[in-house]
Amino acid sequence: MLKDITLGQYFPGDSFIHRLDPRTKILIIIAYVVMVFLIQNFIGYLALALFLALCVAVSGISPKYLIRGLKPILVFIVFTGIFNLFLTPGEEIWRWGFLKITVEGVRFAAFMVLRLIFLILGTSLLTLTTSPIALTDGMERLLSPFKKVHLPSHEIAMMMTIALRFIPTLLDETDKIMKAQSARGASIDSGGIFSRAKAMVPILIPLFISAFRRADELATAMECRCYRGGEGRTRLYELKFGAVDVLGWIYMAVLLAAVIAINMIFGKF
Amino acid sequence: MDNIAEVRNLVFEYKDEETGASARVLDGVSLDVRRGEFLAVLGRNGSGKSTLAKHLNAILTPTSGKVTVDGFDTSDDSKLFDIRRRVGMVFQNPDNQMVATIVEEDVAFAPENLGVPREEIRRRVDEALEIVGMSAFKRHAPHMLSGGQKQRVAIAGALAMRPELLVMDEPTAMLDPSGRAEVIETVKKLNRENGMSVVLITHYMDEAVRADRVIVLDRGRIALEGTPKEVFPQVEKLTALGLDVPQAAYLIYMLNKHGLGLDASALNDEECAAELLRALESRRKGAGEP
Repeated sequence: MLKDITLGQYFPGDSFIHRLDPRTKILIIIAYVVMVFLIQNFIGYLALALFLALCVAVSGISPKYLIRGLKPILVFIVFTGIFNLFLTPGEEIWRWGFLKITVEGVRFAAFMVLRLIFLILGTSLLTLTTSPIALTDGMERLLSPFKKVHLPSHEIAMMMTIALRFIPTLLDETDKIMKAQSARGASIDSGGIFSRAKAMVPILIPLFISAFRRADELATAMECRCYRGGEGRTRLYELKFGAVDVLGWIYMAVLLAAVIAINMIFGKF
Repeated sequence: MDNIAEVRNLVFEYKDEETGASARVLDGVSLDVRRGEFLAVLGRNGSGKSTLAKHLNAILTPTSGKVTVDGFDTSDDSKLFDIRRRVGMVFQNPDNQMVATIVEEDVAFAPENLGVPREEIRRRVDEALEIVGMSAFKRHAPHMLSGGQKQRVAIAGALAMRPELLVMDEPTAMLDPSGRAEVIETVKKLNRENGMSVVLITHYMDEAVRADRVIVLDRGRIALEGTPKEVFPQVEKLTALGLDVPQAAYLIYMLNKHGLGLDASALNDEECAAELLRALESRRKGAGEP
């Protein structure tokens, strides 16, 4: 059950996409998300699909693996589709009792499903090609202008790094606690939803206590290594924009222009 | 200065926030840590060993008394980072002292905090990983390493500060025997080849035997002090302090109890065997056999 968690999964590589500065990638993803919601017709999605396919091909990530990333939220996608299909008011095309399908419903459902799929695929591609540490670094640097309005960008990045660092440690620990509690007769995987939720209590309490102890020890260890916040800190790896980043931005700008043009020419579908 | 750290009449009281009662953890400890020496601190649980360690880099400050590190008073807040960069700390649980998700980034943490320029950080990280023999693992994730390897990375993380003193608080307590050997060999090598001053807090006697000097703490006071050869033959006293005795020392103690009159300074198997052999041979000569 714990094996399926692939948060922060990263495939090291040396492709064009891997070599992009994490800041570039984060900005591209933001633009990409905006586009996903901006697109008003299927031709736009076709253009986006082409863009994404090209990125995947260049990245060297197996498309199969990328698509498998949709599995955990399949239920959510299907539910969104059905919900929109039946509950959007408009011109009726089919009716059975209180259930009705409208032209608007079909279109809206298709749009929502496409949007979700594109969002997941795009962000997965980001995390698959960017190491967590590069990602948090990029985030810290992108947020640093907001320090002026007292946004603790360094602290946010540090928290993310530590969280990522402790995910495997705490998963191991959860596994151990679960085994220890089952050895004492706790039944974790059986019973209805309520008894299962109740069975989580003897797992979560020791896990929390241990997490607090770890946090305390980590804080001491960090102090011992002269940690005093982001002020005056240097980095082993400084982020630097390179020629690949310029290419990345141009690529993105072209796509953005294309999407806007398609929207204007073809209008709302 | 011959001493990297000096502790004078150190008293530390821990105050319980709820009851207001205070417990005295350290009760007038005085000791020097000499430059380049390997000092082992022994004592049963609750004897104040860890508390003493935390005083050596100003994580804790004395209730009364004085601790100086390389001439800096640990009670002086303005010198906090001058002190901490001189004292590398390694703790018991290797998982809880790693910050980054990649080995070399973790080793770089301290020099990054100190604002060391990038090229210099690179140099220090490579050097520190080389010393502990973990260079081949620099791009690995810490959670994929064994306990002994993690602890060696933690040592490298401390070395990257270029400290003058390495304080280790039971660094082998959570390791298996091979991991323990790895860590102790690394520390011994650091002390011998790089001249690093080391304070090793431990409850393993076989580790303490390899130190230059041993201090035994009991209820916040120094109960015994001296070289391993001076301390470990005092079997009865050590047992009363709740400590084990190295097996070789214990064997000789038991034999001497029966009047064998052996030299009690043997601390490891080889020394013990040699001493037994010498005793047997002199006895044979004494008996006038051919």
